[in-house]
Order: sequence, then C-alpha cells, then structure tokens
Amino acid sequence: MGDYIENADRLRYVNHSFRKIDAEQLITGKPVYTQDIAPAGCLQIKLLRSPYANAIIEEIDTSAAMKVPGVEAVFTFHDVDQNMPRFTEAGQTYPEPSPRDRLVLDRHMRHVGDIAGIVAADTVQNAEKAMKLIRVKYEVLEPVLDFHTALDNKVIVHPEENWEALSDVGADRKRNLCAHDACGEGDIEQALAQSDVVVDRVYHTKAVHQMYMEPLNAFCTKDAFGRLVIVSSTQIVFHVRRNVATALGIPSSKIRVIKPRIGGGFGAKQTSVCEVYPAFVTWKTGKPSQIVYTREECITAGSNRHEMEMHVRLGGMKDGTIKAIDLYTLSNTGAYGEHGPTTVGLSGHKSIPLYHTKVWRFCSDVVYTNYPSAGAYRGYGAPQGLFAVESAVNEFSHRIGRDPVDVRLMNITEEGEVMPAYYGQINTSSRLRECLLHTARMADWKERYPSWKVTGDDGVTRVHSLGLSLAMQGSAINNVDVGSATLKLEEGGSYTLLLGCADMGTGADTILSQIAAEVLECPMEKISVCGADTDLSPYDSGSYASSTTYLTGRAVMRAAKELRTNIIRIGAQLIGRPEKDCDFDGTKVYHAAPAESGTYTDEEVSLFDIAAKSTGGNNIPVVVTATNSSEISPPPYMAGIAELETDLETGESRCVNYYATVDCGTPVSPALARVQAEGGILQGIGMSLYEDINYSKDGSMVESSALQYKVPARPDIGNIHVDFAPSDEKSGPYGAKSIGEVVIDTPPAACADALYNACGAYFRTLPARAEDIAMAAAGCGEP
Amino acid sequence: MNVTINVNGKDIADTIRPDELLIDFLRSHGCPSVKRGCETSNCGACTVHMDGKAVLSCGILAARCEGHQITTLEGLQEEAKEIGGFIADQGGEQCGFCSPGLIMACIAMFRENPHPADEEIREYLSGNLCRCSGYQSQMRGIRNYIAYREKKNG
Repeated sequence: MGDYIENADRLRYVNHSFRKIDAEQLITGKPVYTQDIAPAGCLQIKLLRSPYANAIIEEIDTSAAMKVPGVEAVFTFHDVDQNMPRFTEAGQTYPEPSPRDRLVLDRHMRHVGDIAGIVAADTVQNAEKAMKLIRVKYEVLEPVLDFHTALDNKVIVHPEENWEALSDVGADRKRNLCAHDACGEGDIEQALAQSDVVVDRVYHTKAVHQMYMEPLNAFCTKDAFGRLVIVSSTQIVFHVRRNVATALGIPSSKIRVIKPRIGGGFGAKQTSVCEVYPAFVTWKTGKPSQIVYTREECITAGSNRHEMEMHVRLGGMKDGTIKAIDLYTLSNTGAYGEHGPTTVGLSGHKSIPLYHTKVWRFCSDVVYTNYPSAGAYRGYGAPQGLFAVESAVNEFSHRIGRDPVDVRLMNITEEGEVMPAYYGQINTSSRLRECLLHTARMADWKERYPSWKVTGDDGVTRVHSLGLSLAMQGSAINNVDVGSATLKLEEGGSYTLLLGCADMGTGADTILSQIAAEVLECPMEKISVCGADTDLSPYDSGSYASSTTYLTGRAVMRAAKELRTNIIRIGAQLIGRPEKDCDFDGTKVYHAAPAESGTYTDEEVSLFDIAAKSTGGNNIPVVVTATNSSEISPPPYMAGIAELETDLETGESRCVNYYATVDCGTPVSPALARVQAEGGILQGIGMSLYEDINYSKDGSMVESSALQYKVPARPDIGNIHVDFAPSDEKSGPYGAKSIGEVVIDTPPAACADALYNACGAYFRTLPARAEDIAMAAAGCGEP
Repeated sequence: MNVTINVNGKDIADTIRPDELLIDFLRSHGCPSVKRGCETSNCGACTVHMDGKAVLSCGILAARCEGHQITTLEGLQEEAKEIGGFIADQGGEQCGFCSPGLIMACIAMFRENPHPADEEIREYLSGNLCRCSGYQSQMRGIRNYIAYREKKNG
C-alpha cells in the first residue's frame, strides 16, 4: 500500500530496507553495551533499600559496614544537605514539567525500595556484605497505599519545603497532588442528557514494567580535566547531564554523558534512574564506579507505567453517532513525580481526538502515593486512555447493536479537520479510514466477527473471537522537542553523522543514515554514525515521544542538504564554473548548466578531490549542523484487530492472530517499521493478557522478578500481520511520521473486546488473566 | 578454589569463589557475548553450550564446569554471522542484547533437529525472551535460514 509516497520510485535509500548498520557487531556478541566497556577496577555500587513504604530514618550506623574489607565508602542522608534544591530523574526539557522532589539520599523513605544508603566496594560481594551490616532505625509512618484516597489524605507524601514544581502543572504537594488539569468544549452534561445511550464505565490499567533486556546500568569516571564522565544505557544524554548536575549541586559543565549501544529502553531509560549514584560516588571518592541494577531493582524501583483509572462517559445516538466523550483520569505517580504531569495528558489527548465529537471534556488528577515512582513507558499515557475510550466505543456499539467498524467509520476524524481535543491542531495527514477498512479485510471481519468455535487436534473446543481498537499517538512534542544533526565531510570523501538522539535498538542510527544517504546520493557505508555524547553531539532532546525519525530525521535532511550545497560550492570553485551551473551526483561535482544556455562542458571534480580541498586553503564549511523543532505533532494512526483463542474452561487465552494497519507516513525502513509494529503489538498484548503488578499490604511489589512478572514468550503469540497505509506528512522527512509508540496502543481495547465476544463479560481491568477469564466464563460475576 | 574450564577450546585455569556463577566466570574471561537480563533463569540471554547442549550460564556454578567443554558465541562467530545475518535481514536483532543467547539456542536446536517446524521452533526457543521484536521477524529469519540451508545442502 505504498502508493501515496510522493516520488517513491525515485527514492534510493528512504523507503527501502537495509540491515541495521550495527547488526554484525550485535549478532556476533561484541562488547558494545555499557557493562561490556566499563573499565576494570570500578568501585561496585549497591543501594540499601527501605523495607517500609513510609518511614523516617532516625538513626543509621555504618561503622560495621565500613569495616568490611574492600569497602571504599558508605553514604547516607548525612552526606547530603537535606535542604538543598531537589531534582527529578525525569528526562524532560527544562523547565521539567515533573516536580523536583528527590534528593540523592533522603532521610524520608517514601516507598518500599527507596534508597537509604549507597555502598561502594571493590566487588559486588563485598558491597552486598557491607550493605547487610548497616544498622538503620526507622520511624515507621502510615503509608498512602490506595490511590483513590491519596488526594487530601492526612498523610502527605512530600511534606518537605524544598519540593519544587518548575512548571505550572496544577500541583499542590500538600494535597498529594502532582498535577491537575481540566479542559473541554461544549456543555458535556447537556450533550450526555440528550444522547440515546450513555456508556458510563470505569477502566483500570496497572504499573506494568518495560522489561528492556539490558538492565539499568551506568559507570562513571573522571577525565583529564576532573570532569565526571558518565557512560550509561540511556535515551537522554542531555537530560541526564542536567539531572545529575542538579542532584549533586554542581555545574553541568562538570559532566559529560555518553551512551553506547542500548539493550532496549521503551521509555524506561527516559528517566535517569541509576546514573546519579555512580556520579555521586565518583564525585565524592574521585574513583571510577559502576552500578548495575538487578532485574528485581529494575521492576520494583525502575520506572514502570503509571497505573491509571479512567472514568469514561460516552454519549451517542442509536444510529451510531458519538455525541460526547467525558473522561476523568486518576493517575498514580507513586512516591515521586517522574513523568506524572505529562503522561496523564495523553490518556485524553491521544484518545478523544480520534472522533470528531463536538462536545468533550477531559479532567485529570495525578496523585502521590507510597508506591515506587512510575515513569515513561512506550505510549506514555495513551495506551491507558485508548484502552478506556476504545473500550467505551466498543461497549457503545454493542449497546446499540451496531458493528464497531461501522460505528467508527461514522465518527473518526478525517484529514483536514481541526482536532479540538488534540490542542486544536489540524489533522494534516491521515489514512485512518483505510487502516480500519484494510485491517477489517485482513481479519475477514465481516465473515468472522464476533466469534466462532474451533475444535483442536487435542479434542478441546475453544472459542475464537475478534476485537477491534483504533489508536493515535504524536510525532515529537511540538514547540518543545529539538532534534539536531551534525554532518561532516571527511578526508577521503566519507561522512560522519553526529547525533544526540539515542538508537536504543530500533535502528534509528540506520534510518537517519538512510536519510543522509538519500540527500548525499552515497552508499550507506560512506556514513559513520557517532553519538550520543554531550560533549560531541549537537543538542537533541533525546529519543522519546516518538520524535527521532520525525524530528531528528528532518534535521539530518537539512544538514545533508546544506553540506551538499557546500560541496557544490567547493567543486564549482575547483572547476572554475558558477555554482548555479554545477550539480553533485554523490561521487563528483560536474558542470551541469541548463541545456538552453548551451554552455555545458564535461568538466567535473571528484568528491575525493573536494574533500582534499576542504583540508587545504578552504573557507567553506564542510561541517554543518542543523536543528529542527516542529510547531505540530502529526499523529500516526493505526487500526488493530485481535483474534483470541480462548478455552472457556481453563480461561487460557492466546492471541493466535493480530491484524494491524499503520499510517506512520512514509516508513523510512519498511522492515524496521514492521518490527516496531510487531514488537509494540506484542508488548500491548502482554499488558492485556499477562503482565500484572500487585502489591502486598505493606506496599511491596509481588511480581518482583522475571519469574513472576510474565512477559509474552514465543509460544504465547501466533502471527502478527502488519500492513502500512502511508499518508504523506509534509512536515516530516520524506513524508514520515512516527511509529515507535502508536504500535503498543491497540491491543488492550482489542483484546478486551475479543474476550467479551468470547465469554460475554467485559474486562475493564487489565490484565485479563486466565483465572479471571475462567471465572467470568463460568458466570461468577463481573471481572 | 581453583578450577580449569575449557572455554571455546582453550583451558582456562583460575581461582574462583565457590558461589561464582558460570556467567560471571565467562564474562570475566573474554566472553562479553554472555548477557545477564535477569537473576532467575528466565530470560535466556546467558545461554551457552555445555558439552554441546544449550544451558543457562546464570544457573550453573562455575565450579561444576571443571572438565566440561563450554562454548560461547565467541567460539561460534561464523555460525553467528550466518544465522544472525538472516535474522538481521528482517531487522529482528533490534537492540541485540538477547541475540547471542538466541543464536546459541538456535545452533543447539539445529543440531538436535535440522528441520524444525514453526511450533517446534517456538517451543525450543521459548526460554529466549525478546522484548523488542514480537518474535515475528526472528521467526522469518530462522525460516529463511532453514530454506537457505536446505537449498545449499540439496
């Protein structure tokens, strides 16, 4: 379905699939990740964690711990001025919307796993041994463990005066309120009263874990100038620099942050969860140090998805017209506010604008509790909000007895429309209608919806059922995010592309090289990618908010065009012809005057000679930097249909087929875009059917290991069928929008509706576990 | 305690802690391909071969490997390039952190079953988690590799 891409037949690199430029190093297991390149002899850091959800450290005695051989230092709250300015770990543009509510070491423990001490020793074993010898006397306080009662609770999670919100996000720490917002258009109560049908439901999603395969880790050394050099598995080198500088109370000029290859991030590494500890240890001791989080620490004290509860009231007419959508989202940010104020916005602003309803309202509260801090996870708040709103649209369709596909075709926003709930932006490019129709065809919806029975080879009869969801996301944060690229012509005629964004395994370095290669008409091998490194890379917000292809991609395009112009200028000088009469074909600059002028000659000069000229007697820059920000954030769109196979007796449900069509604009690499879609869809299925986070009464997490936290394995998924319906987004590079996040958004509502079509019960809390499905199928009440 | 472990064809003699895991021994003896993604033997990223069979190096004490042949991806570079290349053609290696373990498991699978069906592949590799790919591209790559090998071997 690639017919919409302008000049598609003339593109040689963009819209073509290449092996990732780092593929060979990765598949042969070369040492390219942070842990692999840490210098020998780093102090090993272990963190002493609070066993209580809310407590004050009365006394902490490190004398026995310090006697363990090999222990270099043990730090406690005594080593941090409790009145210094606080910091946030959230990777966000300054001034961060997330409140500054942390100290490196705080006397107040706010969740089970909060950090009471830092131990640095020669080996992990000695650090652990010392950690066990630290004696702590806690004053145990009553915690806030029900996020429904957090607002205006008598227990205040952040009573301290040096808590600070740099941005106006409606926060009020004395009310446990991390953020509040309310917006809308039209008279919502009147519109609901005038509707034939009102779906009034509450939906709930949990604090699921990203489960990037490479655990959070970083190491820190000092350079020849006494500056801290932090090497980290991060998506946000520049934000890490600011966060660590604030945490340590030192100038950011004293810090350099480098990211090597990253073993997955999915948003988790958009929060500087672990970097501050080695930075603190190396700053204090002057010695290199390293921290590697265990998987348990990643799950219980990483930065999981915000648990949200969404109350939807959707009003519509019997003919299928949606008249009004009212959404209230309550978000649980946990003990600290990382990404709290911003994730919640997506639950409404990336769900309501799918439909051109004139009347809508979206209100939200983000509350502090004594659970581990939430953070960023692919989709941010959109998977939560889309689960709620898309489920409500499905429930509305059932109530009026209409096909959910037809109801959506009547109500979806079309290209050219203003989207009031999407900050009033115009829908600049959308093939959502084609996505929906095509996906329905892929799934043979008309013939097979809603369900049918299949008897397997094992003699067991299972129900197959279909469920549908639409989704939208954004492409970068408009008027905030900045993407940049520096492109250098090197001696010999090759190029270096310096980037500040982060390829976390997605292939960003590859597709950005493709864009440069397209403009410079050169083979991919001629482009070397370098980054990210705060000392070397041009400023880039980092890789999050679906920004890299759309935003940094256009910066690469601009840098490449400018470098191309300068190459022609040098070439024109060398052959002594006016610049306007010359052109560049990737290997040479040649005299290419228009035919009518009749002055064409065969004069030309090779790129090799131009590059040589750039190193001697040259005043034309062959190092160019381009920066790109966007006033709009054009949404990618998607339709997804889950086909579940459910054993109603055991409740076991498996996604045997998932059908999806994505409008991400031009896929720069169709192969890598497909993998993004497939990977995101399976993460969404995991959130829908398997991945669960629960807490004990004391506030400690139950599913605290990879053994208990169940992510989909190979046998858990059948086939994921992905097609593309590319629109042409004029503001993106070669028509591209984003793909990284929208792909996780459809499975929750699609799976919930497929389960309803299988067993007649509606799952409004995720995940829908086998035991819940079996109970619902047996008629044991609402799930 | 002292052990001698044969790693990729070479005997390595060293002093180890009694509770040292094979993964840590290997990573500290020139085998950075062996990855730790969990501590509970669930993710498969640390898969190596012990006497030719796939095992999880995070679940085996180094002390128990005395006299055994351990193979890591460092010892199977040509196979890694070949099988991994088919996966990479689909973009299926993605972040690459699970790739060494996955490829080690694939090599072991093909030794046991040269012509696995899709369900057999899913089952054999079920202990090798990947969070990036959704497994589809890896399956396409493995299928393409099988087709290539069958064509090559007539």
